Amino acid sequence: MENSMRNILLAGVGGQGILLASEIICKVMMTVGYDVKKSEVHGMAQRGGSVTSHVRYGKKVFSPIAQKGDVDILISFEKLETLRYLDYLKPDGMVIINDEELYPLSVNLGDATYPEDILETVRKHFEIVKVVNASDIAVKAGNIRTANTAMLGALSVYLDTIGVDIWKNVLRESFPEKIIKENLIAFNLGRKA
Amino acid sequence: MHELMSGNEAIARGACECGVRFAAGYPGTPSTEILEEFSKYDGVYAEWSPNEKVGLEVATGAAVAGAKAMAVMKHVGVNVAADPLFTVSYTGTNGALVIITADDPSMHSSQNEQDNRNYAKFAKIPMLEPADSQEAKDYIKIAFDISKKFDTPVFLRMTTRVSHSKSIVKLENPVDVKDTTRIRHNPAKYVMVPFNARIRRVKVEKRMEELRNFAETFPENRVEINNTDVGIITAGMPYNYAKDVFPECSYLKLGMVHPLPVKLIREFASKVKKIYVVEELDPFIEEQLKALGLDVTGKEVFPYTNEFDPGVVKTAIEGKSDNLVDFSSLKIPPRPPNLCPGCPHRGLFYVLGKLKAFVTGDIGCYTLSFMKPLEGMDSCICMGASIGMAHGMSKALKDKGKGKVVGVIGDSTFIHSGITPLLNMAYNRSNAVIVICDNRTTAMTGMQEHPATGFTLQGEETKSLDFAVLASVLGIDSIKVIDPYDIKNTRSVMKEELSRDGSSIVISKRACVLLKRDQAYAMKPLRVDPDKCTGCKVCLGLGCPPISWKKFEDMPESDVEKKTKKQEGIAVIDTSLCNGCTLCQQLCSAGAIEEV
Repeated sequence: MENSMRNILLAGVGGQGILLASEIICKVMMTVGYDVKKSEVHGMAQRGGSVTSHVRYGKKVFSPIAQKGDVDILISFEKLETLRYLDYLKPDGMVIINDEELYPLSVNLGDATYPEDILETVRKHFEIVKVVNASDIAVKAGNIRTANTAMLGALSVYLDTIGVDIWKNVLRESFPEKIIKENLIAFNLGRKA
Repeated sequence: MHELMSGNEAIARGACECGVRFAAGYPGTPSTEILEEFSKYDGVYAEWSPNEKVGLEVATGAAVAGAKAMAVMKHVGVNVAADPLFTVSYTGTNGALVIITADDPSMHSSQNEQDNRNYAKFAKIPMLEPADSQEAKDYIKIAFDISKKFDTPVFLRMTTRVSHSKSIVKLENPVDVKDTTRIRHNPAKYVMVPFNARIRRVKVEKRMEELRNFAETFPENRVEINNTDVGIITAGMPYNYAKDVFPECSYLKLGMVHPLPVKLIREFASKVKKIYVVEELDPFIEEQLKALGLDVTGKEVFPYTNEFDPGVVKTAIEGKSDNLVDFSSLKIPPRPPNLCPGCPHRGLFYVLGKLKAFVTGDIGCYTLSFMKPLEGMDSCICMGASIGMAHGMSKALKDKGKGKVVGVIGDSTFIHSGITPLLNMAYNRSNAVIVICDNRTTAMTGMQEHPATGFTLQGEETKSLDFAVLASVLGIDSIKVIDPYDIKNTRSVMKEELSRDGSSIVISKRACVLLKRDQAYAMKPLRVDPDKCTGCKVCLGLGCPPISWKKFEDMPESDVEKKTKKQEGIAVIDTSLCNGCTLCQQLCSAGAIEEV
């Protein structure tokens, strides 16, 4: 078990399953024996708006939110949302991006432009950038709502001190019986992505 | 056994563990889950009251009967409950009474950022403030002990970050619950006529004196002496932020923020060279310390507004770090929250926006309709304000306001604070039009029941308020019911009611699209026929998330060739997001929108 604090920031759009994904990460870290805290905002902000969830783990965690410049891994469930939270990353932090574009209302109305060069911008500043097509994986897994689990699969590869079995056990405990299988498939495909 | 819990879940658990079996409140972010979670435990009574004032009075009644009772609300809810609050401070309780106030620094889901620690001082009620979920569970128990011991209501102050962050909590077994309720007559204590109140008033000051002494040795007012160059006095979530960035400093962490332990603070101050007071919002602790003559630094360096984070605390004390990469030059379109696809509010506010009336609004999801492109709301102050304001505006404008003032209020908000102002409209002969957006639930806080849904918090079937009958009994002149999915009828009814003399109410009735229980029929998603779309953009005026604008220049040639007209693009519906409400179909004069 590592002693130092680790910070993970999940970002995306309300309805993408971000809160459940961060809950699963926390339970994995608890199982390993870390102290863990997570934080997000509920309520009005969730109605299709930008959503984040901070996960922090280590020997002893105080703040449930990370400060800017201190996040080890940014997991972005939507491309544009990646840009919004880049300033939270450490200079040597890594980014896992779901290759999905969800247009905010201003873009739908033609009042704003969806940036075209998001991946290039991210790569310009950060060395490790993993792009995952989580929606494709979810379709392959047989349930479009497993995209968040696919992202967790991709994350698990980079947290290699934690056994895959721990992840799978937590996943089994986190979903209703009838969708466990689909989520395990999505997780495995996410690991290979 | 350990479990990952939110602060709100931990309060519910702690209350249950220490034998609380009675709670009342009104939903409001960030407090809602406390009562929802509490209501699931065996043997408890939990209710959604119509508003926080009623909730506090209900909990007070239970406490006077000898129960341990909890009243739960968000920060602005305490404003509504303030009337009983200040006098319950005088009467005390037979049992025990804890009031939970969940404040919202940064206004994540609120209309103001008031610091409810001021209520503790104002109403002379002790207040505890936990910093994480474990403390939330511990402190709710301590709060009930203090309430019992000192015969006082006790505040437990949460903030959004404590309520909605999750951390590890040690579960304990609930204590055996004894029924301590019975009727005890004690008019001298509970009948607050001046004669009795003057006697109780003195007792309140005596109680505060005792509580100040109690605070001096209260173990949750905790001193951590490390390096003595800097001492930090703090409470609640800011303690965590400070510990994160300044682990080497000495700390006085106050578990009780009112009253303050003066001797303990002076003793701590004598041990450290420089003192910072780290607190969000008002300089509540800081001002009291300065009044004691202590040399402390607070709002000179810390912001008054918004919640903190570790970075804010670090920057305030050490100055700005220049290690951070600046990404501010990136052009990132904002992503504010929006009404859901198929939201029944959309049709109503589309019509209101086009009518160019002044729409006094209220608190709920529909408040989002003030934004582009609907622009269907002109004011939002507090729960229930829509009706009183519409009436006042219409009276002040006289003939100039005729047909131009509409008040809009949600069903739960109407029950919370709309009935009295509606009665006022009838009584004082108003010409305003009020719309109740009746989506059959308290949607914004996450689908809570209310007195017109037919179900209680604990899922029992019950009576259901009929808004039309109520309006009639109150004396409203004209009462109409519309379906906001029918744009044409919504428009014609609104026009008709606005042109009418006398008071008028329109009940815009359609269940929230997220409320599965009340969906009358399954709706089919729609698509745009690109050949028929004329690119007029009328459907985009609905601001519906699945509808987007696609320019021909961004499309492959083959998709565009059939288009010979001068149009620049077409509307596209993301069918995976569409709920099939048909509003866009009704607006499309080209008949280009059809079922998938």
